[in-house]
Amino acid sequence: MSHKVIVPIGPYHPLLEEPELFQLHVEGEKVVDIDIIIGYSHRGIEQLAETKHLDQVPFLVERICGICSSSHPYTYVLAVEDILGGEYKIVPERALYIRTIIDELQRIHSHLLWLGLAGHFIGYNTVWMWAWKYREPVLDMFEMITGNRNNYAMFKVGGVRRDIKDEDVPILKKALDDLLPAIDMFRGAVMDDPVIHARLKGVGILTKQQCIDWCVVGPTARASGINIDVRRDEPYGACDRIDWKVIIEKDGDIFAKTVIRILEMYESIRMIRQCLDKMPRGEIDAKVPDIPPGEGIGRVEAPRGECFHYIKTDGTNRPVRLKVRAPSFMNVASDKVGAVGGTISDATITLAAVDPCYCCTERVAVINKPDNKKILNGWDLIKLSQEKTRKLREGLEK
Amino acid sequence: MKENIKESLGSRILDWQEKSIRRIYFTVKKEEIVETVKILFKELGLRFVTASGTDTPQAFEIIYHFSFDKAGEFYSVRVLLEDKNNPQVDSIAPLFPGAEWIEREIWEMLGIKFIGHPNLKRLLLADDWPQGDYPLRHKEG
Amino acid sequence: MDLKTKALLKSIWVFHVSAGSCNNCDIEILDCLTPRFDLERFGIQLVGSVRHADALLITGAMNRKSAPRMKKIYAQAPKPCLVIAVGQCALSQQMFRYSYNVCEPLDKILPVDLYIPGCPPRPEAMIDGIVKLVNKMKGKK
Repeated sequence: MSHKVIVPIGPYHPLLEEPELFQLHVEGEKVVDIDIIIGYSHRGIEQLAETKHLDQVPFLVERICGICSSSHPYTYVLAVEDILGGEYKIVPERALYIRTIIDELQRIHSHLLWLGLAGHFIGYNTVWMWAWKYREPVLDMFEMITGNRNNYAMFKVGGVRRDIKDEDVPILKKALDDLLPAIDMFRGAVMDDPVIHARLKGVGILTKQQCIDWCVVGPTARASGINIDVRRDEPYGACDRIDWKVIIEKDGDIFAKTVIRILEMYESIRMIRQCLDKMPRGEIDAKVPDIPPGEGIGRVEAPRGECFHYIKTDGTNRPVRLKVRAPSFMNVASDKVGAVGGTISDATITLAAVDPCYCCTERVAVINKPDNKKILNGWDLIKLSQEKTRKLREGLEK
Repeated sequence: MKENIKESLGSRILDWQEKSIRRIYFTVKKEEIVETVKILFKELGLRFVTASGTDTPQAFEIIYHFSFDKAGEFYSVRVLLEDKNNPQVDSIAPLFPGAEWIEREIWEMLGIKFIGHPNLKRLLLADDWPQGDYPLRHKEG
Repeated sequence: MDLKTKALLKSIWVFHVSAGSCNNCDIEILDCLTPRFDLERFGIQLVGSVRHADALLITGAMNRKSAPRMKKIYAQAPKPCLVIAVGQCALSQQMFRYSYNVCEPLDKILPVDLYIPGCPPRPEAMIDGIVKLVNKMKGKK
């Protein structure tokens, strides 16, 4: 005789930023089903975009998500340039390199952010503090180039809005060099710690077939052996002019996802260094003709996966239709198979492992099952997760 | 891959546009969409990216976007729903679960019914949003 | 009331709620706790339950799903409770104002004590705002 409890995680939590409600159906300790209810952040952006001019839309679209704040405007700009014949036909060389620099810097800051959150969920608060501490120099780099720590407003159709000054280049390179020992430290901490192995290995596995059926993208897919990366499949910016590699893992569990994100940070630093060295002098934007009627598609590898925009124009200066698909739309839906079968204490880390961008925030209002007195909220779930780590560590130390 | 698609789908393709070397758009009849998606997804192994619904003066237009990652090519399958008073089309969600959410979103934004969808209920809008009000439909006048 | 408020001001425990934000403000709030700015040395701490909160930090443009929940959360918070609106979206809804899903701005729903503008506001701006609020509340007595 087992009774089902519904445990809600979400929508408002002090740590998780965006609201989303997950209802876990639990029998005993095991999660048997999960309902995902989103829509708390729905602001009607696609419809708003139809009321704005084509060059106002990057500002609107930038605020879809704060973490991957340069992916959406870049994708939009690529979609519009697709109507005109493609990025490589219009955008000058120097702008391509600057675009890639911004894109890769954003990847570093996003992965560091995720690392901190994941550390917090499994009880390593020190990891959280250190990861975010080393995120600050990355934000300083952004501020030096663009003037703001987040929401950079760098992309426009035909190029970029601001240039990187020559005297800033050595400062940027030094900041990147200072970042390397920190990432080495994280790599050592994650790859060698037996407690982390015990917590993350074999947990939240998504098999290759499940990834294909649920059409997941990004590190979530690459962790299960699916070899996709928009930067290599359909190069944009300076990605085909510099040397880098795609990181793939086979196991599909959370440990694999963590390893991929850490190794991608190394690759990003390499890419930015090469861009800073190879960047030619020249214009940073091109004069763009009026946009003719047509349809365009843009794709970019955001930190979470493939970001996709489709735009339809009719010759006026407003879009007829803008379709935005963020990578988390596909990845969060796959939680339905990722979290089921695990225990409650693994629930938070599994849900966070796909790095949701309409993030789950926890909510204190709890759903009461009529026949069951035990009530848990998301804060308790995180405590459960941290408890499990503590017990594991004690067990290993004996 | 372009040849494979043309061969497998044959006469189902109503028109074929190559807007650039990596962007291919083709139209099929709405009755054929499930067969088409089955061939593209299961037999040819393309990756489903998303679907986008648009309200145009002549018809509702749904475009299913697929990616062939090995060559970086993008195939967009267009379906036109001429009956604007009662738009409906067969759901592709029974073929693979990745399509469930996007069909729910198109339904609640445009009012297009997906026949055979396992769970057609609201995704993004609030529960007390008025029935019959579809935000992405263009208003008359 | 005065004693309670005085005790509250010594060490404000905040509960953060996002009413449909893009996340930027939320991350900048969390940034305040990290070693560079380190708000915890002033006794300001994020709590897990609204019943422990002295102040509510609200970000994001109100949308239909979240507006009724804001009211509920405010009702659950033990009074006196300060309400702090962080970021341009919470202040005036900026570019989302005319969207179909966005309803009234925050200060029509709840009594706001402090407005922190910015998109997103820098951590220094937030700290400055809180200091001003604390000074103002002390000045009242």
